[in-house]
Amino acid sequence: MTILLPLPTTLAAAATHRPSEGSVHSWDLSTGVDGPGTRFVTFLSGCPLTCLYCHNPDTWRMRAGKRTRADDVIAEAHKYTRFIAAADGGATVSGGEPLLQPVFTGELLHRMKHELGLHTALDTSGFLGARATDALLRDVDLVLLDIKSWDHETYRKVTGRPLRPTLDFARRLAGLGKEVHLRFVLVPGLTDAGENVEGVAAFAAGLGNVSRVDVLPFHKLGEGKWQALGKEFTLHDTPSPTAEQIERARAVFEQRGLTAV
Amino acid sequence: MTAIPAETTENGEAWEGFKGGLWRDAIDVRDFIQQNYTPYGGGDEFLAGPTPRTTAVWKVITDTFPREREKGVLDVAYDIPSTITAHAPGYIDREKDLIVGLQTDAPLKRAIMPYGGWRMVAGALETYGYPVSEELEKVFTEYRKTHNAGVFDAYTPEIRAARKAGVITGLPDAYGRGRIIGDYRRVSLYGVDRLIAVKKEEKEELNSLSASPRPLEETIRLREELSEQIRALAELKAMAASYGHDISAPARTGREAVQWLYFAYLAAVKEQNGAAMSLGRTSTFIDVYLQRDIEAGVLTEEQAQELVDDFIIKLRIVRFLRTPEYDELFSGDPTWVTESIGGMGEDGRPLVTRTSFRYLQTLYNLGPAPEPNMTVFWSPRLPRGFKEFCARVSIDTSSVQYESDELMRPRFGDDTAIACCVSAMPVGKQMQYFGARVNLAKTLLYAINGGRDEKSGEQVGPAGGAITADVLDYDEVMAKFDAQMEWLADTYVHALNVIHYMHDKYAYERIEMALHDRDVRRTMACGIAGLSVAADSLSAIKYARVGVVRDGTGLAVDYTVEGEYPAYGNNDDRVDGIAVWLVEEFMRKVRRHPTYRGAEHTQSVLTITSNVVYGKKTGNTPDGRRAGEPFSPGANPMNGRDTHGYVTSALSVAKLPYEDAEDGISLTNTVTPDGLGRTPEERIRNLAGVLDGYTAGDGFHMNVNVLRREVLRDAMEHPENHPQLTIRVSGYAVNFVRLTRDQQLDVLNRTFHGSL
Repeated sequence: MTILLPLPTTLAAAATHRPSEGSVHSWDLSTGVDGPGTRFVTFLSGCPLTCLYCHNPDTWRMRAGKRTRADDVIAEAHKYTRFIAAADGGATVSGGEPLLQPVFTGELLHRMKHELGLHTALDTSGFLGARATDALLRDVDLVLLDIKSWDHETYRKVTGRPLRPTLDFARRLAGLGKEVHLRFVLVPGLTDAGENVEGVAAFAAGLGNVSRVDVLPFHKLGEGKWQALGKEFTLHDTPSPTAEQIERARAVFEQRGLTAV
Repeated sequence: MTAIPAETTENGEAWEGFKGGLWRDAIDVRDFIQQNYTPYGGGDEFLAGPTPRTTAVWKVITDTFPREREKGVLDVAYDIPSTITAHAPGYIDREKDLIVGLQTDAPLKRAIMPYGGWRMVAGALETYGYPVSEELEKVFTEYRKTHNAGVFDAYTPEIRAARKAGVITGLPDAYGRGRIIGDYRRVSLYGVDRLIAVKKEEKEELNSLSASPRPLEETIRLREELSEQIRALAELKAMAASYGHDISAPARTGREAVQWLYFAYLAAVKEQNGAAMSLGRTSTFIDVYLQRDIEAGVLTEEQAQELVDDFIIKLRIVRFLRTPEYDELFSGDPTWVTESIGGMGEDGRPLVTRTSFRYLQTLYNLGPAPEPNMTVFWSPRLPRGFKEFCARVSIDTSSVQYESDELMRPRFGDDTAIACCVSAMPVGKQMQYFGARVNLAKTLLYAINGGRDEKSGEQVGPAGGAITADVLDYDEVMAKFDAQMEWLADTYVHALNVIHYMHDKYAYERIEMALHDRDVRRTMACGIAGLSVAADSLSAIKYARVGVVRDGTGLAVDYTVEGEYPAYGNNDDRVDGIAVWLVEEFMRKVRRHPTYRGAEHTQSVLTITSNVVYGKKTGNTPDGRRAGEPFSPGANPMNGRDTHGYVTSALSVAKLPYEDAEDGISLTNTVTPDGLGRTPEERIRNLAGVLDGYTAGDGFHMNVNVLRREVLRDAMEHPENHPQLTIRVSGYAVNFVRLTRDQQLDVLNRTFHGSL
């Protein structure tokens, strides 16, 4: 089993050894969905959360990924630096949960930023935020933080884990003045309660470093992957939110002075 | 005024306020543009919507589309061989038309053009239920030879066999070759009389045979051609006069400039049923006139847009009479009225003007449409406002294609236009001999089968040395492939020489060539299809284990692939290198064969919609593709094998060397709106960024479709609800509802790049 508990920061910091390998699910060039512009996105394998609406459950198990050398990922990304520079994009380390492999993630981010000169983004739930060293965060230009819920019970229901580490990580990022795009998946009947959205908005507005909030409509395009893995997709009967529901949620963020899309 | 020389006085009103002198003394439209155009660096906020007049005129046309779609053609002028002056004037609405002129006496009524070939005319008339005139049949089979008849008189048995088997395909031997762009702007700027005078001078220079550096035959041919050109110019004047316009002198206003230019183009499409009848690069030229009128206070923005809208309506209804076999190859009734927009000047100023915007604005004012084939010359240095407007139009209409100004300008200069889809040529200075394409995937199968066709079993390529091993060996396949390609290049260039000799002789493009310089650069535009199938097949042979399945006669008819192989489209050099090699090697082989009239060899990687037909004619291939399955279009990777997104796929294509595919490399991308970002503004910015990145990465051409699969499915079931749904296929755009069902399915099954 993978260790799921957040490690104390000091312990992680002590791990100076950077592994040359990590467990990688895949890589992709994507536009407009994993941070600004066209980006080289590395999806790492393994995630401590088991979100009910996850559209990539095939990235949950670290051992299901392919052992991949950082050198190989960097060499692949290198092919795109000219394109990405012209397209005003960057590199994103995503998952799974990249902070499940904090040292490998740190290695990738460091080299993406300093060797390839790319704008870097870390796409994380924040649950393992304590594993991100300050050094790692120095190599991150933007954090895509998926907060999922304000209500502790809802969070546990959605993810199977406690909310607090994510909130702690968000505050730490605010303290560091690190730019954050907050992501919030709107699932009717699960995360769309008024006080839940309101709570996320109030928290986000208080941080001061959230430059944008993505209100993402729940969809079921990943359902086939659950079936392929022999897992039950419990949100089969949950509808996608309507355009009005999305607009209402966005308005809640906008009222707090945040940019919501 | 008395001090001004006579000629200038004559043109005084027309050229008033224009700067510069070179273009006054010699025919030099580029110089005129450079001296007089007003670059525009702003956004789209100045644009005007359609006037009620525009909407009413366009509605007359769109109301007839269902009937045309149902019948295949709306009407045919079946008994008048078309010339520049053969048809009486026609109008959409005589009171309302701002820009006048139709190919025949009524809109969407198609003309017959028998010089290309009588069989094509007769076949088309029979297909659509029109009488075939016995008299005309006699004329064009007994008294007047056609291009088609000439070609088949000179074809060799070998060429016929290669053509029949589908290893050389789509040759312009039964239809007009097209892909020649007259510099239609010359008529507006100089008037026809001046152009005739210049052509007469050019001809006089050839009066002394001994003084000419040309071979005797070439001099005689040129003199005959110049006489034909002069005659065609006189007919152009007569045709315009039938509409009440005297175009012997230069245009004096914006409206006249558009009208004169359109008359010149109209003359070309009245006489030539060319595969591609492209317009050139007209928007910035026209802008000089519109800008002068606006500055003089005699034209408003709304009126300027209205003129452009009316002109574009005329271009949208250009039609040719073609046969079902032709439609199967090039589906959706394309005419390739390609207009090249934007780009950078050699002096670093963008060639973007307000009229560049106005042309694109027609896609909003009149709705999306495949024609004219709006082609933006892209450079990362273009003004941001223009880039974002282009991206927005692409996202909203899927009607724009992009080609790299950075690759074309250094080779062809900044007054270059695209003919057809991806063929660049300096306007009025270069023409091409269009050569369709060969099927490289089939050629690879010939290598395995010792020149026997995998479908018919007949010997088509050179005999000898079919591979007998049960598992394909890369080196053995490559050696035999080399020999088959050698034969193919030889047979192919031979066929093209025959075709273009005959086309010049029997279906010469008089008016288009009258609007060229006398001494043009000619290219022999060869082409290849099946690149991705051939590259992936060779990759499979090299990196996986490919077993051969043979029939009773020893013919290899199927393959088994064990293991994995890198597929083209994933930015993986192991296989992309094979694709690059295929392009370079075939070009090298083509270059060894002499060409008619000393044309320079080029080639394209382009299929248009013919990838479906080529796939049908090609058996199972070693990459695992099943017999009959469509090829990927143009230079695209095979559907679904590019697994890292469209940017990765595009960068594989960008590796193909433009210097060995100077006739263009076509890439078609279909992306869902979500695949570009979450907000409209973000999508616009991101698409512009992708185009910047692709151009910076040496990519040449990109068709951009922004579509949802559900919309296409609905359009297949309910075409009546999607009359103007436009999608871009390899190098051009079509009305989706006018594609054959096979082709609709091909588009639907092609990789849609979205995000999960």
